[in-house]
Amino acid sequence: MAESLLETPLASLHRELGGKMVPFAGYAMPVQYPAGILAEHLATRAGATLFDVSHMGQAELVGEGAAAALERLTPADVQILKPGRQKYGLLTNEAGGIVDDFMVANLGGDRLFLVVNASRKHVDLPAIEAVLPAGVRLNRLDGRALLAFQGPQAVALLAPLAPAVAALGFMGVAETEIAGIPVLVSRSGYTGEDGVEISVPAEQAEALARTLLALPGVAPAGLGARDSLRLEAGLCLYGNDIDETTSPVEASLVWTIGKRRRMAWDFPGAERVRQELDNGPARLRVGLLPEGRQPARAHTAIAAGGETVGEITSGTFGPSLGGPCAMGYVARPHAADGTALSLMVRGRELPARVAPTPFIPHRYAR
Amino acid sequence: MAELKFSKDHEWVRLEGGVATVGITDHAQTALGDVVFVDLPEVGREVAAGDSIAVVESVKAASDVYAPIAGTIVEVNAALPDDPSLVNSAPTEGGWFFRIQPADTAEIEALMDADAYQSFVDSQS
Repeated sequence: MAESLLETPLASLHRELGGKMVPFAGYAMPVQYPAGILAEHLATRAGATLFDVSHMGQAELVGEGAAAALERLTPADVQILKPGRQKYGLLTNEAGGIVDDFMVANLGGDRLFLVVNASRKHVDLPAIEAVLPAGVRLNRLDGRALLAFQGPQAVALLAPLAPAVAALGFMGVAETEIAGIPVLVSRSGYTGEDGVEISVPAEQAEALARTLLALPGVAPAGLGARDSLRLEAGLCLYGNDIDETTSPVEASLVWTIGKRRRMAWDFPGAERVRQELDNGPARLRVGLLPEGRQPARAHTAIAAGGETVGEITSGTFGPSLGGPCAMGYVARPHAADGTALSLMVRGRELPARVAPTPFIPHRYAR
Repeated sequence: MAELKFSKDHEWVRLEGGVATVGITDHAQTALGDVVFVDLPEVGREVAAGDSIAVVESVKAASDVYAPIAGTIVEVNAALPDDPSLVNSAPTEGGWFFRIQPADTAEIEALMDADAYQSFVDSQS
């Protein structure tokens, strides 16, 4: 492993737990623990598991007009976000491509909390700083870890330690304490299950992680399970399913564009988005279910009638689905649910059909 | 039981009654993780040493399985497509992949023994 890889504040805990460390976005991260991806995935859907996602970028945008400033880089309606609420959004560029996807929370008092992808924080944060008016400041929160505690039992297990967490609705946010440790909790995640993401000072991250892992039935889970869980839940991975060449319309993420923004067309790439909404995009992101058990991986060509009509961007074997699932882009005439397509897997045509996502229904809190 | 021999592609070979049974090693299945799919060669196929003739996939990744010796495929493990996890739970027993009628059994003798394979694995990590 390269010397230059960064470590999260939980690095020594990962080693103690037997985590298999791999390079990811410049960090040494656990891809799995001894239980393995399959068991970690199923444990998340059945109970509760703990993920270290401290590699992700955390920042605070502070000052009067912070929401309006952020809107210069995103089609999301940030100004409508009430204190104590979080939403998912996209950063876009002038060409209508997706620069990153992110979470933004309104902490009240002209403070926004941002979480961006590890692989993109070096792009996003300078871009945000570049558009800030006087009086709005971006604080990089490099001294904080981020833990994801996910699964149908997660909040019930947490409730005795942090009563405020159980009171949060889906996408609710609160600054509170867990077992006396000051945290910022959002009821959200990347697994399709109920659960929370917890921002915590780096020096208290290990104590918090040990507290959560000591709760009954809780197991650690790695990036491998995180990927199969999010794919079954139909959630995009930046760099695979969305990037600077894909637009919000092509990516089937039009729902992230605020109504007010679609009246004003005042966001980067509005021209392309408007044109694609009027005329239909050339291609669309869809879910795909291959027949049989063989997974079709990213970059697999998608064919119809002997012609290539698209490409898979993420594909795996879904442990909860009990079969393979994938997502990818296809030319619009082939994007309807149920359309029969061929996946070119290892020189053979694997039959598949377009299917709605999520593949496993979301079970978020109300 | 006959001694296991090992290839540099992390297959094991066991010669019994003139037929060689082949699977992937415990080291290989550990590295792959939970196996979810196996594609096996056709019975009757003539293979050369080094030919890619089977596929094994885990949740995370796909990997080729090569013929460690030349010969003819005489049997495949019919239990494997329905229960690929046998590759993880019993890699050198119930998780075998295929059986080859060897063109030349000397090819098997030339493979690594258990100690040499362990040294090979250690040298790669």
